[in-house]
Amino acid sequence: MNRIIKIILLDILKNKIVLAYTLILAVLSWSSFALEDNSAKGILTVLNVILFTVPLVSILFSTIYLYNSSEFIELLLSQPIKRKKIWLSLFFGLSLAMVLAFFIGAGIPLLVNSPDSVGVMMLIVGCLISIVFVALAFLSSIMTRDKAKGIGIAIMTWLYFALLFDGIVLFLLFQFSDYPIENAMVGITALSPIDLARIQILLHLDVSAMMGYTGAIFKDFFGTTVGLTVSFLLLCLWVAVPFFISLRKFNRKDL
Amino acid sequence: MIEIKHIHKKFGKIEVLSDVNLSCKKGECIALIGPNGCGKTTLIKSILGMVLPDKGLIEFNGKTVLKEYLYRENIGYMPQIGRYPDNMTIGQIIEMIKRIRNSREALDEDLLHAFEIEKMYDKKMRTLSGGTTQKISAVLAFLFNPDVLILDEPTAGLDPLASEILKEKIIKEKEKGKLIFITSHLLSELDDLITEIIFMQDGKVHFHKKIEELQTETGEEKISKAIAQILKKKKDEQNH
Amino acid sequence: MKNFCYIACLFFAFQMMVAHTIHVGNPYPLKNIRKAIAQSKDGDTIIVHKGLYREGNIVINKKIVFWGQGYPVLDARKKGEVLSIKADSVVVKGFKIINSGFAALDDPCGIKVYNRSFVRILNNKLDNNFFGIYLQNCNNCEVKGNIIISHGTEEQLIGNGIHCWKSNNLQIIANTISGHRDGIYFEFVANSVIWRNISTKNIRYGLHFMFSNDDSYITNLFKNNGAGVAVMFSKSVKMINNTFEENWGDSAYGLLLKEIADGYIFNNKFIKNTSGIYMEGTSRMKVEKNDFISNGWGMKIQASCMENEILNNNFLKNTFDISTNGSLVLNTFNSNYWDKYEGYDLNKDGVGDVPYHPLSLFAVLTEKNTSTMLLYRSFMITLLDKSEKVLPSITPDNFVDKTPLMKSLPL
Repeated sequence: MNRIIKIILLDILKNKIVLAYTLILAVLSWSSFALEDNSAKGILTVLNVILFTVPLVSILFSTIYLYNSSEFIELLLSQPIKRKKIWLSLFFGLSLAMVLAFFIGAGIPLLVNSPDSVGVMMLIVGCLISIVFVALAFLSSIMTRDKAKGIGIAIMTWLYFALLFDGIVLFLLFQFSDYPIENAMVGITALSPIDLARIQILLHLDVSAMMGYTGAIFKDFFGTTVGLTVSFLLLCLWVAVPFFISLRKFNRKDL
Repeated sequence: MIEIKHIHKKFGKIEVLSDVNLSCKKGECIALIGPNGCGKTTLIKSILGMVLPDKGLIEFNGKTVLKEYLYRENIGYMPQIGRYPDNMTIGQIIEMIKRIRNSREALDEDLLHAFEIEKMYDKKMRTLSGGTTQKISAVLAFLFNPDVLILDEPTAGLDPLASEILKEKIIKEKEKGKLIFITSHLLSELDDLITEIIFMQDGKVHFHKKIEELQTETGEEKISKAIAQILKKKKDEQNH
Repeated sequence: MKNFCYIACLFFAFQMMVAHTIHVGNPYPLKNIRKAIAQSKDGDTIIVHKGLYREGNIVINKKIVFWGQGYPVLDARKKGEVLSIKADSVVVKGFKIINSGFAALDDPCGIKVYNRSFVRILNNKLDNNFFGIYLQNCNNCEVKGNIIISHGTEEQLIGNGIHCWKSNNLQIIANTISGHRDGIYFEFVANSVIWRNISTKNIRYGLHFMFSNDDSYITNLFKNNGAGVAVMFSKSVKMINNTFEENWGDSAYGLLLKEIADGYIFNNKFIKNTSGIYMEGTSRMKVEKNDFISNGWGMKIQASCMENEILNNNFLKNTFDISTNGSLVLNTFNSNYWDKYEGYDLNKDGVGDVPYHPLSLFAVLTEKNTSTMLLYRSFMITLLDKSEKVLPSITPDNFVDKTPLMKSLPL
């Protein structure tokens, strides 16, 4: 397995898009930290990167990469290698590359400028989000043979989690504002990895506001060790489930 | 060596293979022929595990190949259209496959030298012509000295010289007692190579005969003519 | 005139001759404080030496100096009051006063002063009392340098650290209070000053004003209380140079202002509170040169407030700078620094050229529906907020700082 991961990782790291991604993240983070005398703006920039850019780049790049390596997959398949191993190697390679890009681009400025619980939490969550969207890319690319369709699915997935899901939640909140729905809302956030990530960061970043009335409900759940563990497990589930579905499909796919 | 029993495969609604039965042994050189879209490539890919049949069994040395992968160590495959990662050079591809196979046995580098591939090690795959790509595919198929060689249209894109080199190599391997599968449209090319013929049509095996049988049955020396005669006969029967 | 001088000199000499010093405790023969007080006359000094004195309630009914050396412990063993002062001009200094009763009805205290003037309570340590120091109907008293600690867990089961009722001209200076219901409580107290106290971890408020006018509190620290300071039904209270920190929780505020008027809030720091200042029914206040840093809400100004002026403050790293529950705006915002301001300053005069609307759409949304907090900082909300900034539709457009500063004020 290691040999294949190494080959894939080297191939991805040579890719100019990953280099550009790392560079853009780095420029964005460093400059936004340097612009203001307090680290708040920088942290907000990195937060938006985590909630917006990281998912987009992770899912789009991975999907395109998977389609482009269909030849490579075919070549490997005629060799004595398990299908599972090929798919897993691709997954590890891509995840590692995306995490590495995020870590070098955004993680290092984060740790340098905000070496506290907020910074560490954002770093972990950013890495997890990268992997989650790589996993979703695997799912969307296995759904269809058509590259254009696959990329379309990837973009729709991203759009849904980054934007539409929150819109639906907002709509629900106001529709059912007369009912005690706070607890149900805690459950609903589990349905979006970006929301899970955002709330974890929020609890560290806006701790003062989160101690208020409604915030307290989230704080009581997500802020405890149990809540923290649960939300990280949920994020891991967001990695595992899409990937294993794609793995099952890949095992049965004709090439 | 390879047993194929009652294989069925559908792509959507189209039945690509229906109830295919075959049995191949060591030392045979089998030509798999038939019109376009008759299921030759699908059959080959089924043997390689790249296409998973809906029904039926494929056995390699008495063991089913379903969900197995190690048996592929004994197969060298040369695809019809070799597709390789664009960004890699020839050298990298060969190096990579060597590393993946991680074989400790001596490599068969005859073709590598014969095609003078080493001179082009630094060329990227995307810059190569179809013929050169075919050469790479051939080199890779023979490189690890496999017991079975599966060659999908091996001479299609090759120039006459390379084609001749490859043919000689195939004969050499056949004499070593290997099982060789060849698909081709160019029947004339196969004359001096093959020992058996499988003719497929519409996903079915029309016949599977030894060359001598075929020749005595039809009374033709040339394989192409023999087959043409058989096809004609069939057509006549159908018209009746 | 000359005669008068002689008489005065004589009087003082006489006084000095009769003023005695009475020692209590090892190595002196007298071991009982009550006996010492009984023996003493006005003007005497009773020095109590190190030791444990379990004499129940001790009543000081003479004008004496009651001085502990090496912190002698007065222990009431959970029965009634520890020290009752029923004479003017008493000085109590250097005692450790512990374990008053915990009955809720008669409010037992560590030290209670009954209807007296010029009493000074200095440098005592109070531990585990129901009320700490209680000034009832007193004038011109001083409470200074005391450390008042209790361990209350529920509001109903504990009294206040320093409780002042119906008094005038008090000085509450440099005390440290924690674990009580309210750190310092003022009810009907006027013309008094609270200076350099540290009030932490109290269950309700660090400092609580009720119906107390014309007071000031200056340079105090209120940290980690149920809520920092509550000023209610009072007029002309000056709040200067205090720090309100980490007052966290549901309905927790750095400073709660309710039904007050004509106060002045100057040069305070509000750091990491759920709400920095919460204003309700407040009018004619001036809020000037304060720092609001890392609060959930910098200021919550209810629609019932009017004619308040918010001037020259720094709003940094707050989740929301301002929020309100209505659309009526009768308060003015001028020349504050808002770190969320994104305008420009072409003429380089340090004042932004574009007015700033400190009320974000999302602050309005959360005010209407608190659960919306769940969506904070999501991309969609950011988008909505930005579009609202460009085209205000829901937020009141007269909620505006027309001269926002480009740089934070050095406070």
